[in-house]
Amino acid sequence: MDKNSTNYVLIFVLIMTVLVAFSLASIRQVTKATADQNEDIFNKRAVLAAVNDYLGMGEGVGANDLTDDQVLEIFQNKVQQTAINTQGQEVDGVMAEDIDMAKEKKKDVNERVLPLFKYAYEGKDFYILSVRGSGLWDEIWGNIALESDLNTIAGASFDHKGETPGLGAEIKDNPTFSENFKNKEIFRDGEFVSVKVRKGGAQDPTYEVDGISGATVTADGVDKMLRSGIELYLPYLEKIKGSSMESMLQQ
Amino acid sequence: MAEVKNVEEVKEPLFGKAERKLIMDPLNDNNPITVQVLGICSALAVTSLVYPSVVMSIAVVFVTGFSSLFTSLLRNAIPKPVRMIVQLVIIATLVTFVEMALKYFNYPVYKQLSVYIGLIITNCIVMGRLEAFAMANKPWRSFVDGIGNGIGYGAILIAVGVVREIFGKGTLFAGSPIEMKLIGANSGKLEYMINTAAESGIGSWFGWYTNNNLMVLPAAAMFIIGVMIWIQRSYNTKLVDVS
Repeated sequence: MDKNSTNYVLIFVLIMTVLVAFSLASIRQVTKATADQNEDIFNKRAVLAAVNDYLGMGEGVGANDLTDDQVLEIFQNKVQQTAINTQGQEVDGVMAEDIDMAKEKKKDVNERVLPLFKYAYEGKDFYILSVRGSGLWDEIWGNIALESDLNTIAGASFDHKGETPGLGAEIKDNPTFSENFKNKEIFRDGEFVSVKVRKGGAQDPTYEVDGISGATVTADGVDKMLRSGIELYLPYLEKIKGSSMESMLQQ
Repeated sequence: MAEVKNVEEVKEPLFGKAERKLIMDPLNDNNPITVQVLGICSALAVTSLVYPSVVMSIAVVFVTGFSSLFTSLLRNAIPKPVRMIVQLVIIATLVTFVEMALKYFNYPVYKQLSVYIGLIITNCIVMGRLEAFAMANKPWRSFVDGIGNGIGYGAILIAVGVVREIFGKGTLFAGSPIEMKLIGANSGKLEYMINTAAESGIGSWFGWYTNNNLMVLPAAAMFIIGVMIWIQRSYNTKLVDVS
């Protein structure tokens, strides 16, 4: 058969495509379960990283030091998942871990569903919020843990898709950055002010953290992400605050 | 004619002079980056840290080796008009395979490298070897040639990565289990790393060092590769005036 004839080319390409598609699809089928599980653990680990200090697994043991099984176990036993909408109501039938923040971000603000993880440790409740925004090159996201007063930040973890290693990527790689968010407050006299990431160093010890030199755009992105991200949770936070006030009054 | 050639082939050792040359040539005389100036794009993009450079190098060695092998096996069957597309499909298949393997075995590294792994498809070294060598040579030699070129590429990548990471971040192998903080203000602080340097006392000698942010930017890799080409040509005079 003439190798340059149209028929030969067509048959060759057809056979090759089928073989390649079949082999890739079967490899994917075989690895899918483990790969999905890995992704699941990766995401859960990031949520737990926000409450690094309260994992109760020993001094200095953070979410990154836990084994995969420990992550799943903590999530199973101590984390309660809720999904809420931007009006502050709980949404039934949606698991927080199944919410794709990248998709939610594209929706209209009023239609978004937000994940909320309640983490219980030694009688204290922590509320872990997920936020997502834009850095310099691509998306950035993070998890913010609030203490039970719904004001003080207990911890934070950040991640990114493609920030410059050594500069913007420091929001994830340099633990000092997320460490700085601990004990900051997001309300000033009952008014939401978020936490400011200030270039050149924090000036207010309660409401500001240091920026990253050489990564102004990424740091500004984190600042904006926190402001707009936590804002969406405000109706819900106000609601829990109100109900806890009520129960206090009744007592 | 073909039969005579086959008899000769059998007599040759599996890893003879020719194969050794195929491995060694890309390391120096015919390095894909410093001599052929191919694959520069990814060499600038991934080398700001050593660990991603190492993973990237391993992935590229795998892809160049096996794409050369498969292309060479198919070389007499591939129709000429669509040979580029066929090569591309082979490369893309292998890269997708690498991606799935990373997802399966080490998800955090996959997350760290996801964009770069996909970029192997566009690496000119891979396709360059397929066009220049694998289409005209036997499978085993093509495979060796692919591996050799992958190693030649990886060696430069890791060398650039070492320079950039040490001077840009003060660390070595950041992000991997053996992360070290070598120089700079944080050297000696244990909470920032698993510090081997601080314990041995090296860290405290270089505490004065301030990270050079230029090293982190892709432009720095350009300078470093330029200097490498300069050094290589100053001792390997064969390369001078080959334009």
